[in-house]
Amino acid sequence: MSPREAVPAEAQRILHRDRRALARLITQVENRDPSVEPVLKALYAHTGRARIIGVTGPLGVGKSSLINSVLARLRARGQRVGIIGIDPSSPFSGGSVLGDRIRIDRTAGEEGVFFRSMASRGYAGGIAAATREVARLLDAFGMDTVLVETVGSGQVDVEIRRIASTSIVVLVPHLGDEVQSLKAGLFEIADVFCINKADLPGAEGAARYLSELVMMGAAPGSYTPLVVQTSTVDGRGVDDLLDAVDAHEQYLTTSRTREEAERRRATEEILDLVREQVSRRLEPLLEGDPEVQSLVERVVARSLDPRSAARKVYQELRHRL
Amino acid sequence: MAREKKEPPLRVFIAKPGLDGHDRGAKVVARALRDAGMEVIYAGLRQTPESIVEGAIEEDVDLIGLSILSGAHMVLVPRVIALLKTKKANDIPVFAGGIIPDEDARRLRKAGVKAIFGPGASLEEIVKTARSIARHRA
Repeated sequence: MSPREAVPAEAQRILHRDRRALARLITQVENRDPSVEPVLKALYAHTGRARIIGVTGPLGVGKSSLINSVLARLRARGQRVGIIGIDPSSPFSGGSVLGDRIRIDRTAGEEGVFFRSMASRGYAGGIAAATREVARLLDAFGMDTVLVETVGSGQVDVEIRRIASTSIVVLVPHLGDEVQSLKAGLFEIADVFCINKADLPGAEGAARYLSELVMMGAAPGSYTPLVVQTSTVDGRGVDDLLDAVDAHEQYLTTSRTREEAERRRATEEILDLVREQVSRRLEPLLEGDPEVQSLVERVVARSLDPRSAARKVYQELRHRL
Repeated sequence: MAREKKEPPLRVFIAKPGLDGHDRGAKVVARALRDAGMEVIYAGLRQTPESIVEGAIEEDVDLIGLSILSGAHMVLVPRVIALLKTKKANDIPVFAGGIIPDEDARRLRKAGVKAIFGPGASLEEIVKTARSIARHRA
């Protein structure tokens, strides 16, 4: 953007920390409203300052309560904190009950906190399609840390690593046998492992096992995830958790892997946006197209296989897109 | 575009202001609104009018639903309405549910509450009303 180009009023309002303007802009981003593009464009230069921390893990391990404890500690350290709590949308009605807010203790009129609930709206992997851009808006709004709580469906909540610089995987004692943790997915994305509900028996053993697992997979000189134990009942370990996050962030900086990760994220984001544009133009082209309909009929009649049909559609689209 | 654009879901804030601890009604309503395709932000028990208004603004909702069984509705509901006005957010409509005598209901409607549901209200009626009174975005 050239310096002469006017900054849209909406962007100005975000930079001046207008909460209502932020809330409305988030809705527009969620609704994929194309009119926000100039606003997002103007705000991009004001982002990249907040740490984006992902909190993921299976249903009921205490992610929201843990975020509440972390929030209190970050506030005590003088930080401004944005929180995004994501819950699933119904595959039937498209509706959603967003209940992450319920765990968060707030002081009335506290300007340094902004909590937003998001429905996944059919996006897989534990976040919503708009989560990345919403986290960025909280960054532009001047938050020091943005905490993103994933849906919590468990083994496949791995998309958070595309957004967060540090991902915390929250687990509890007795979640399953050792083979569970050898499976691909959740256990691979952890920068920090957190055994929550450490006031319950079995936490020590779970932490020990995880530490062994982490050491087992570690290449010499590479980063090995830290394992901490927390309890939101007695408050133990929450400072250790924040120290572990700091240590990972420090590692990203000193090892120069941060640039590499950011390059990877930028590539993914650009490709995602291209894909989104293509599919948005694709759907109306495909729907009701008589040629596509006849291909569908042939596939149903078993006179054509789906891959061949797809190739024909693709070849046709290359001219039209 | 050939195809009609899908309407984004309505966002509704459901909360229980004050001190009564019975939230079954609020949960049943939340679920019915979810099944009608709305995104329901469930703020739960023991909310202050301040936390409700701040929450509704952060969540940019199209509608606020308050459930009260404690008898304190004549204090808490007008306080929410007044705070919305102070925060220039009185474009967000409010409905209430609970044990609210007719005379109080009349006064609350006069104070700006868009709809009031008693124990006999059907879920269909609540969903239909919620749709019709919700804020319509420009």
